[in-house]
Amino acid sequence: MQTAEKHSPKYTGKRHRLEKPELLAPAGNLEKLKFAIHYGADAVYIGGQKYGLRSNADNFSFEEMREGVEFAKKYGAKVFVATNIYAHNEDLDGIEEYLRNLYEAGISAVIVADPIIVDTARRAVPGLEVHLSTQQSTVNWQAVKFWKEEGLPRVVLGRETSLEEIEEIKKHVDVEIEAFIHGAMCSSYSGRCVLSNHFTDRDSNRGGCCQSCRWKYDLFEDSRPETAWISEEEAMGDPVLQQFQLGVTQLPLFEEQDNAFTMGSKDLCMIEHVPDLIDVGVDSFKIEGRMKSIHYVATVVNVYRQAIDSYMADPDNYVLKPEWIEEINKAANRPLNTGFFYDTPDHEDHIYEPEEKAAPYDFAGLVMEYDEATGMAVIQQRNHFKPGQEVEFFGPGGTFFKQVVEQIWDEEGNELDAARHPLQKVKIKVDQPVSYFDMMRKKK
Amino acid sequence: MGNKPELLVPAGSLKELETYLAAGADAVLIGEAKYGMRLPGDFALTDIAEAVAYAHEREAKVYVSINKLLHNEQLEELRHYVTELSKAGIDGIQFGDPAVLQTVREIAPQISLHWNAEMTSTNYSTANYWGTKGASRVVLARELNMDEITEMQPELNIDSEVQVHGMTNIYHSKRRLVHSYMTHQGRPVDGGSLDKDRGLFLVEAERPDEKFPIYEDENGTHIMSSDDICILEDLHLLMASGVDSFKIETLFKPSAYNETVIRIYRQAIDTYFQDPENYEFDEEWMESIRRVQDPERELSFGFFYKEQVY
Repeated sequence: MQTAEKHSPKYTGKRHRLEKPELLAPAGNLEKLKFAIHYGADAVYIGGQKYGLRSNADNFSFEEMREGVEFAKKYGAKVFVATNIYAHNEDLDGIEEYLRNLYEAGISAVIVADPIIVDTARRAVPGLEVHLSTQQSTVNWQAVKFWKEEGLPRVVLGRETSLEEIEEIKKHVDVEIEAFIHGAMCSSYSGRCVLSNHFTDRDSNRGGCCQSCRWKYDLFEDSRPETAWISEEEAMGDPVLQQFQLGVTQLPLFEEQDNAFTMGSKDLCMIEHVPDLIDVGVDSFKIEGRMKSIHYVATVVNVYRQAIDSYMADPDNYVLKPEWIEEINKAANRPLNTGFFYDTPDHEDHIYEPEEKAAPYDFAGLVMEYDEATGMAVIQQRNHFKPGQEVEFFGPGGTFFKQVVEQIWDEEGNELDAARHPLQKVKIKVDQPVSYFDMMRKKK
Repeated sequence: MGNKPELLVPAGSLKELETYLAAGADAVLIGEAKYGMRLPGDFALTDIAEAVAYAHEREAKVYVSINKLLHNEQLEELRHYVTELSKAGIDGIQFGDPAVLQTVREIAPQISLHWNAEMTSTNYSTANYWGTKGASRVVLARELNMDEITEMQPELNIDSEVQVHGMTNIYHSKRRLVHSYMTHQGRPVDGGSLDKDRGLFLVEAERPDEKFPIYEDENGTHIMSSDDICILEDLHLLMASGVDSFKIETLFKPSAYNETVIRIYRQAIDTYFQDPENYEFDEEWMESIRRVQDPERELSFGFFYKEQVY
């Protein structure tokens, strides 16, 4: 797995400004929220019990939201809620109350696609910020201006927007621009796909997407004469139609050994282009993935945090660190590319080969405590590990080291031949100081 | 019971427009791929003026589709286009992008605006919202069911349009997916078209009998449904509920097929409004359509009677 194999031309625009962007991370549950923020996110977006597009995620209750907001406050971070379905009639009742509850829980903003939810939020809960969701596929400055005039301080652009287009949008409209910079992408215009509805009766625009775009398809060409089916009788004796009647009605556009057709896209990764995104004036860097693991979220947030901070500290001497790319690849589920930022995706940007699927590393344990005097750490088990295995420790800021696990003890001091039990607290000796919230991972 | 609904048909050429109006259409939807998506053919501005003259002589309406998601580079020429459409005297514009709404309101406020955000126009309240912004019609998503469509009619402050026949778009990407795939295969696209005329379709392994047309044009890649909606049998439910416009999708069909379908729906609408109380569906209407239906494409109720989950 590697990043950005296509050699895209660099964005050639000027540095329009130098303001630190927000790093916005997904948080599928309360624990992921804490990790995302601890590892450096300035804001997180979560799903509530209703009106979100991830019906399979373990979404937040209002109680959990309050706890999340409390946690975020300690770091000066914000919590947004994705309220981005396209509502049907039956969904309309209760939206006002839901939005009010979000506001009372301390939520800073809702991310909304359906204009009626935008309108309801503006009217009923004016204190709650509304950000326009990427599901609206907003890709031009005049549409952005329209939404600004509707009272929205921020627009999440469609993923089809290039850096040049963002530059022009920023020129025309004084509004916060949020852009996806990392993670999985719809290959369609977001919201403009109902493959899921057609294949499985699951409504994609209300959170039921079954990712049919990543399935495999065979491509054919219809070889029937254009109007064969309505002029069949008339055309008796026609040599072309005879062939049609013999059953040669379609030509496969693939050979036995070919990969199948798919719409499935590689995942977005802009780690090599953080300066371009900042220079053009993107206000919020959004990472995709409310369904992704803690390990994924912490790793990706950690890397972008370092890149952004490093560029902001000294833009003229900024250097892309190879270890950032290595880190990203440890969490990546799919091959990566740069989406539409530089160019329209082509044959190198889709996944025709069989997918490897899983990331190469597992989250093995979470550091709970560290005793400086003895060099012993209490680790909460997150995946099987045993003596003799090489593990890697990392924490916010990316400080990490590798070591081999020696002995493992349980809390009573009994030696274990492996850490087998999920969430069990075990003790191991660590080579370097670690602290609470640091993570231990191992190669699969 | 509402007023007699309009029968609306997209036309790809002046010849088609004439044929479809003669078959009983009350209105045509035209335009060009540069601004409108998934039209059966391109009309240059001069052809649009001619179409308007022809249609207006026959008391039919002409709507132009500008329903694509516009990028910055097109905003300037959009203003010119709308100005010219205004001069041509068209009756309405279909839009999905707020930039189009703003431009039309500013340059040609006399032109009706029909909000068509494809699969995302799913409730009456959002339609009414666009009503307050100047839209006079909502083109409802094809993924709504009969109850949703009929129950929202009294709640709507603007007119509604429902597709009653033909294929629907189920996926739209800005990416050139067929071109990408062929390049990946090392198969030369050989200058050949990947557009509608090529007859490309996809088959998914679990669904060998369903053929999903796919094509590319300047707006990217479009994938279409494997079945054709045909709600003729229950058209009276839509007529009784007060839907204002019925659309027959003509895309990917020979004009002889479309002519037959239009004629039958015309007959059903007229029969119903002569005497709604005693209206009876005529099985022969259905037979006439079945006789010209592509045997490889099922006539279905689409999502009218489907329960969707999420």
